[in-house]
Amino acid sequence: MQVKLEKRPEPSRLMLVVTPIASVLLTMAIGVIVFDLLGIDGFRAVIDIFVSPILLSYKWQDVAVKAAPLIIIALGLSIGNRANVWNIGAEGQYIIGALCAAGIGIAAGTTGGPIIILMMLLAGMAGGTAWASVPAGLKTRFGVNEILSSLMLTYVAVQLLSYLVGGPWKDPNGRNFPATAPLQPEQTLPILIPGTTVHLGIAIALVLPFVFWLIMARSVFGYQIRVVGSAPNAARHGGFDSDQTVWLSMLIGGAMAGLAGALEFAGALKAINLGFPSGYGFTAIIVAFLGRLHPIGVLIAGIVLAITYVGGQVAQTTVKIPNATAGIFQALMLFFILASDVLVRNRIRFVRSPRAGSGQAASQTAGGE
Amino acid sequence: MNWDFLILAIITIVGISTPILLAGLGELVVEKSGILNLGVEGMMLVGAISGFAINVYSGNPWVGVAGAAGAGALSGLLFGFFVLTLRSNQVATGLALTIFGTGLSSLIGLSFVGRIVPQFGSVFPPELARDPVLKVVFGYSPIVYFALLMVVLVAWFLKSTRSGLILRAVGENDLSAHSIGYNVIGVRYAAIAFGGAMAGIGGAYFSLVITPMWAERMTAGRGWIALALVVFASWKAPRLLAGAYFFGILMWLELNAKAGGLSFIPGAQAIPSQFWAAMPYVMTVVVLTLISMRNRAGLNAPACLGKPFLPAT
Repeated sequence: MQVKLEKRPEPSRLMLVVTPIASVLLTMAIGVIVFDLLGIDGFRAVIDIFVSPILLSYKWQDVAVKAAPLIIIALGLSIGNRANVWNIGAEGQYIIGALCAAGIGIAAGTTGGPIIILMMLLAGMAGGTAWASVPAGLKTRFGVNEILSSLMLTYVAVQLLSYLVGGPWKDPNGRNFPATAPLQPEQTLPILIPGTTVHLGIAIALVLPFVFWLIMARSVFGYQIRVVGSAPNAARHGGFDSDQTVWLSMLIGGAMAGLAGALEFAGALKAINLGFPSGYGFTAIIVAFLGRLHPIGVLIAGIVLAITYVGGQVAQTTVKIPNATAGIFQALMLFFILASDVLVRNRIRFVRSPRAGSGQAASQTAGGE
Repeated sequence: MNWDFLILAIITIVGISTPILLAGLGELVVEKSGILNLGVEGMMLVGAISGFAINVYSGNPWVGVAGAAGAGALSGLLFGFFVLTLRSNQVATGLALTIFGTGLSSLIGLSFVGRIVPQFGSVFPPELARDPVLKVVFGYSPIVYFALLMVVLVAWFLKSTRSGLILRAVGENDLSAHSIGYNVIGVRYAAIAFGGAMAGIGGAYFSLVITPMWAERMTAGRGWIALALVVFASWKAPRLLAGAYFFGILMWLELNAKAGGLSFIPGAQAIPSQFWAAMPYVMTVVVLTLISMRNRAGLNAPACLGKPFLPAT
């Protein structure tokens, strides 16, 4: 008996939906085993991380606050990933977006109100877009690999943040702590549900997936992205300019990451310190894949990942595991979802061919062509 | 500028360059085989905690380093299984490996916080290793000399051996290599395991040599610098050595600027430490752009870098 992969003519729709759910469940099962092996109550840890944020209603606002940036960044990234444009520097664009918003906040002094808030959000988008335009320009002009350039620029952004909050933008009344001065109350995003931390950014994160869905499903642009990604040659013949696709996907990714940074700053944190780059830009890549690069999938996946963040904090106090442990689960989910792509694209067949090794057989066939 | 200062500076620079040199060498071989593994930082952290833990139990730093190499190779093989056998996306899988390694090392490290481990002895006779001047040559940890030896070996392997040629062929054109009968997947598995082992040793350099204790995320982003270094060196081992020391100088300037001590360079006091910290990344983007512009054969990235291997069958 031999296991053989057979390419499906069409990606399986069923598998497309089933595999993300299976990935989450498999992650939970593996989590129990791994924690038990390490001498920690595995069942308790997994329940705390994946279930407690759902059961404890006072944790819902935390989940919403964490999910918002993940969803917004992942929406932008999923456009690029669909077109095979790899912007992995969303973390940097997110940082620059927040810094630009902070710049507006500082320039506005004590002035607040809707105009200032709107300017902060637009500045955030502009900043993220500008940061993403560097890899886009280098890619289209000189053919520079956008994976490497966008990644490198993330660490430049981290240093820029460190310089600004520790130097020119340091809060003069902040006991020499490297952080910007907190925003004025009138400069922060409105709270939607009184008595909670649910700010305007969460509503934006809930609406945007549907906007993206409409764009991707109904517009020529959405069609272009899908064609360029799945059939690059056909796209070229069809007159879709590949440079234009690179620009659009990078800039949308940058704008969304920048917007998320501005919202996180003006809505949740209200000040920027050295802990601001918390890796949302990287986690959003997991969200994009777990959501199968579909806007509504991204919405759901963003909430799932946010649950693991909040649950990680719960487990930190209950079973005394470090905060970073949630990362193990996030990574496992991504491993499984990526691996399960094999099931979406192929079906598994069991064939009887005990003798020939698959590698040899494969090379003979390829050589004979 | 006096001699003592210069000697101390050289020793510090060689020390901080060694982890990125080790991890960079490993990643160089991986990328030469056509695979982009963005999990270097994660593999380094796994190596750092494994090397430390094994050193605690065995009481022997050499066993610790060997364990770090093994753990790094294992985490590399995990990446390889997903990327090569299940053909999942390299970029996303590599990032997942970094997140995974960060979390796993923190979790395992819980019971090792505050422990102290035995140190490496000196390679050379103590008279040489402690001599105020000669220590600049003889006074390093054995891992430093190992890293230098590996530069020579990797350069020789890639340039002059048949296996090295096959590895490069796989990285430049996997389909052709496959069609003339080379085992593309096997070569890449081997390269990834080697890359993981080297990253693991690089990580162990932090927990066994630089600060002989365990701290969460103690590699502090050096895995990303190692990735930058491979590109900066335009995928060539001898240049990787020069690049590692150059990045080491930048990191040393950053450390000094943080401590407010760049008075020995006129005017440098006004430059913030973050400028030096950002330089390796900025220069890597510049170098990447220059090689992409020239697009000369042999200078460029391996042609299959980051692309999935999809043979006809």
